[in-house]
Amino acid sequence: MSASDSPTLVAGRDAIAPSGEIPRLSVEQASYAYAHQLRSAPMFTLGATSFQARQRELVAILGPNASGKSTLMQIISGALKPLSGRVLLDGVETRRLDARTRAQRIAFVEQQSPLVFPATVGEYVLQGRHAYGRALHLATEEDVALAMNALSQVGAEHLADRRMDQISGGEKQRVILARALAQQPLLLLLDEPTLHLDIGAQVDLLERLRRLGEENRQTVIVVTHELGLAAEFADQVVLLHAGKCLRVGTAAAVYQRELLEQVFDTPLEVETGPAGRPRVSLRSRADRDRAGGRTM
Amino acid sequence: MKPLTLRRLLWTCGSLAALLFVVIVLALKLGAVPISVTDLVMSLGRVAIGRSDRLPADYRLIVFDLRLPRILLGVMVGASLSVAGAGFQALLRNPLADPYVLGVSSGSATGALIALMVVPQFALATPLGAFLGAVATIAGVYLLGLRDGNIDSTTLLLGGIICASFLSSIIMFLMTLSSRDLRGMPFWLMGDLSTPQPSELQWLFFVGLIVGIGAIYTTAADLNLLVTGEREAAHLGVEVTRVKLVVYVAASLLTALAVSASGAIGYVGLLVPHAMRFLFGSDYRLLIPTSALGGAIAVVAADALARTIAAPTELPVGAVTAIAGAPVFIYLLRRRMR
Repeated sequence: MSASDSPTLVAGRDAIAPSGEIPRLSVEQASYAYAHQLRSAPMFTLGATSFQARQRELVAILGPNASGKSTLMQIISGALKPLSGRVLLDGVETRRLDARTRAQRIAFVEQQSPLVFPATVGEYVLQGRHAYGRALHLATEEDVALAMNALSQVGAEHLADRRMDQISGGEKQRVILARALAQQPLLLLLDEPTLHLDIGAQVDLLERLRRLGEENRQTVIVVTHELGLAAEFADQVVLLHAGKCLRVGTAAAVYQRELLEQVFDTPLEVETGPAGRPRVSLRSRADRDRAGGRTM
Repeated sequence: MKPLTLRRLLWTCGSLAALLFVVIVLALKLGAVPISVTDLVMSLGRVAIGRSDRLPADYRLIVFDLRLPRILLGVMVGASLSVAGAGFQALLRNPLADPYVLGVSSGSATGALIALMVVPQFALATPLGAFLGAVATIAGVYLLGLRDGNIDSTTLLLGGIICASFLSSIIMFLMTLSSRDLRGMPFWLMGDLSTPQPSELQWLFFVGLIVGIGAIYTTAADLNLLVTGEREAAHLGVEVTRVKLVVYVAASLLTALAVSASGAIGYVGLLVPHAMRFLFGSDYRLLIPTSALGGAIAVVAADALARTIAAPTELPVGAVTAIAGAPVFIYLLRRRMR
């Protein structure tokens, strides 16, 4: 179900897509700050950040806790108004889109929130079609077909009639992803989707995201702590630290031992793997002390 | 996957409407003067074809002037309280929300009572006062429940219960001070359907009921998403601020209409939406109309019980709903805490 097949979508998508030259997503000097009280000095949660992403690209936003990753995602999604700068999706500022259009172009999977009233998996995935519905938003046959397709893309069609509170954590993560796919977005944002997943499920999820980005011609942006996974699967890495964007580029360019050690405040080893992608491993503090302490 | 269809929606509502009709006929039958169902159906038929003049006068008085208005009031009160309850539950993302538990009914009663004391000559003042009381109370309870920008469920409920008890004492205070006849204490504190309404207020109630339920129903699909979280709902295309405002105003209006006509009847807004969720699922597109019909059934049935259980003495209908509602509330609270 290529996203651009939908008749409800705007012309801008196909006008730009074939060349692949003009970036689909362009984050231009976006920053964010807030003040505890009206008159107190603002606290910067994100300094000016810029990067661009094309369709089919997977971008990883990396950084330790409180580095501004989630804030950046909120700004990209258009939910937060940046203090300065702007975010363009196919040339349109995401902040200026109305709720319905935004939901047709951007799917945002946040860290999980509890269900107050339980729904079935099928009903849950159909929520992704909300932005396409009219009046009572009764599901059309097309909606049901797209929802089932989304479920099969994440390998969860057999769960359709189960209840959301009766499936495992890994299954739930895939169902949430299916709901985002049912939105047929141009841009897929995921905030720490690998949290609470075991390593097998993490790899499975990232592989799936790569493949879905290719199949659906979507741009995928993932926030993660997992240096190894980001190096393996991301086309581009955005490294944040304490509200500053430190580096943007391929994992090979961004992963420098000293930089990563400083950012994550732990001794690390960076090697280059066979495919040219860097590999990061932990170094024990004892090793480092023997080697003469930290280099910075 | 079985998504909601128009067919299922209409069938469900149709069956509940039929059940409501049966309950209304039974409620017309029950009371101090026994009337057979056959007679009732015959006379209803006569009224329907416009031959009501053929009915015996005493019969007409009991059935159409005494029992029927009270039953129709029960229908409107039940429908408005249940839909208001379902609305507050979505708005506050809390399955225990209900106009009575949150103190909104008491706030509404306080507002109505103050209006009745200050401008007694002005009939519209009572529902208006009730509306302002409801809006102010739900805003106050919301602020009490706010912790670091998020609604804290336990604090919200405690805030509501404290507001309700505070406002109840204000009501008792006002009634003791006032020398005027402001209906009885049980009316404002427990809810009661026995006081007849002036017919212009009945019409206002009817129009307000349709507008209020209609307004909430336009947001039904959005509410399905809102209960999963405001930010998530926004990501899925819901205009969160608008939807919340519509539900907030409409649910307050429905509560105010119900309270100004019948006092603070408790637990209907809690009990009925839960029963409907249990029977038909939690989809708000189905929940709003089934709650309206179910609420009407529940209040008419409760009032029929209240009239007959200790006949010839009548209980306030709120006593019956509280006897049924309080244990269910405790059950839901315990299940939530587990």
